[in-house]
Amino acid sequence: MADTDAQLAPPTARKNLLQTLEIDMRMLGMLAAFIILCVGFNMVTGGRFLTPRNIFNLSIQTVSVAIMATGMVFIIVTRHIDLSVGAVLATCSAVMAMVQTSILPDMLGLGLGHPLIPWITIIVGMLVGTLIGAFHGFMIGYLMIPAFIVTLGGLLVWRNVAWYLTDGKTIGPLDTGFSKFGGINGTLGETGSWIVAAIAVVATLYGIWASRRNKIKHEMDVKPVWAEAVLAAVASGAIIGFVAIVNAYEIPTRRLQRMFERRGEVMPEGYTEAYGIPFSVLLLVAIVIIMTIIAKRTRFGRYIFAAGGNPDAAELSGINTRWLTVKIFGLMGLLCAISAVVASARLTNHSNDIGTLDELRVIAAAVIGGTALSGGFGTIYGAILGALVMQSLQSGMAMVGVDAPMQNIVVGSVLVLAVLIDTIYRKRAGAT
Amino acid sequence: MSTPLVDMRDICISFGGVHAVDHVSVDLQPGEVVGLLGHNGAGKSTLIKILSGAYAADSGEIYINGEKAEINNPRDARAYNIETIYQTLALADNLDAASNLFLGRELVTPLGFVDDDAMEAETRKIMARLNPNFRKFNVPVSALSGGQRQSVAIARAVYFNAKILIMDEPTAALGPHETQMVSELIKELKSQGLGIFLISHDVHDVMELCDRASVMKNGKLVGTVDIDDVTDDDLLSMIILGKRPGEAAEG
Repeated sequence: MADTDAQLAPPTARKNLLQTLEIDMRMLGMLAAFIILCVGFNMVTGGRFLTPRNIFNLSIQTVSVAIMATGMVFIIVTRHIDLSVGAVLATCSAVMAMVQTSILPDMLGLGLGHPLIPWITIIVGMLVGTLIGAFHGFMIGYLMIPAFIVTLGGLLVWRNVAWYLTDGKTIGPLDTGFSKFGGINGTLGETGSWIVAAIAVVATLYGIWASRRNKIKHEMDVKPVWAEAVLAAVASGAIIGFVAIVNAYEIPTRRLQRMFERRGEVMPEGYTEAYGIPFSVLLLVAIVIIMTIIAKRTRFGRYIFAAGGNPDAAELSGINTRWLTVKIFGLMGLLCAISAVVASARLTNHSNDIGTLDELRVIAAAVIGGTALSGGFGTIYGAILGALVMQSLQSGMAMVGVDAPMQNIVVGSVLVLAVLIDTIYRKRAGAT
Repeated sequence: MSTPLVDMRDICISFGGVHAVDHVSVDLQPGEVVGLLGHNGAGKSTLIKILSGAYAADSGEIYINGEKAEINNPRDARAYNIETIYQTLALADNLDAASNLFLGRELVTPLGFVDDDAMEAETRKIMARLNPNFRKFNVPVSALSGGQRQSVAIARAVYFNAKILIMDEPTAALGPHETQMVSELIKELKSQGLGIFLISHDVHDVMELCDRASVMKNGKLVGTVDIDDVTDDDLLSMIILGKRPGEAAEG
């Protein structure tokens, strides 16, 4: 069992800069593509793309697809697919719209604007989403129907359940508390955003330090201190930079005046206030952190990747792969429901076409983000980056004035191209 | 004889009308290596997958240490300290050695999170014993050579204090040097009192390593013999002709 090649090389072979930093090359490539894209659009639009206002809008437009993309990573990693996410989102949105506008206030007599309405609504929505997803998972895992078929059927069923429930009517306006999850209607404000930034920076630094300490405890190799410092600086810089940008986006004076009038006050001359971090973006960050912990630090996540890499090995290792499938799709359903909260709150309405074509955007985000359809590989942060690339591409083109058909042609081509590049990269990197 | 470690009695399983295993009984004593021989498709792997929980038998009974055992899935088998090294190795290629070694039995921190560092440290310890040259701890096992992959699969079976070890063609993909290491490992484990089922179609391996051999053909047990009582040719004729030594070749 001795190995002849590779191991003869001295273990302390010289590493290049990127290896020392332990940075994922694919991640770096995507990041570079994203930055080039943004800078390119910024030049073409004469500096209109990278304004605080547009970055703020981009981030809130990305949230709904990005939340679902994190769940899609797990599904694609286990060699399944979910074509129904947009439709499940619509059904959850429809149910939640009905719960908050008629069932809770009228039938249960809470009255409009009751502070419990958003929370009860969200819990009901998450329950509905999880049940739908788990039901899909049951049919895939236990009844052995291919995921493609179950969710293709689900696409038709849930899209039209939403239609049936609402008679195709737009329901709104939604509860004001509920609408705070939608982006511009609910932000942290300047001070709050800086506090969050400070907490995030401290947590990042602690995370890097704790991981290093743990490695030393187990006598494993660690990066040089300067490499850790560079990573810490880049991460902290990104957090502070984003918060600085959203804090630079000021609430229009007209809107501020109205806010003061509503409180019965007069706005002081020259008063300004910034939006700060949208609640929906905070929600996305929380979900990304939780999903990453699930992927890397829990048995559930380990089993997802094991089952994706070799389903037989997972089964023979005593993993209940059928129940695993139910859990993965249940989680996907839950994330669809959360996305439904964000999407309908952003529009402050439930409309019949909400989430249409989201399944394709979500799958594209996961795949552009490096999730392999052959299973076993994918990262949460990659999917987020994929969602950002898709959204920037779409809104950048709209800003430049590219026609709608052309926009879709470009997005479709980019999807195929991204997978092509990824395939070539994987071949070069060798089987991983 | 003392109570057998494993006693599989009258096991039957069929797939779509084909009797893959047809009324087969085999047993295994502590500290004994029993070879399972036969052509491809003779049913030896299928029989052993019933013991490891991958298949459920249609009929028949399994006794472990004299007590009736219910083995319906791989988890049940593990609970009886039955470990299996599959011919395909059953490794998740996208995960590293430590994740594969502990797959399904991860070490966790007090908060219930997977403790990768502790698992890697344990993996380094056992690998230092089994294959001191092994150093690729942080790469997916798809990047390992056949011998290295085999040592991960063996480490997985050995680490968890197996009492009953099933090895399905453990040397099929290995070179001569690596085969020698597996042979030595088998002898060492045997001396520690493990019972080992060794599936092989190499008669020489079986003659060297096993105490007894059970030969199967077309899903049926041809017979079980003491290795000391037979020659290579006797075993070969059992495999090929399906006759026990002493039985008339024709008839």
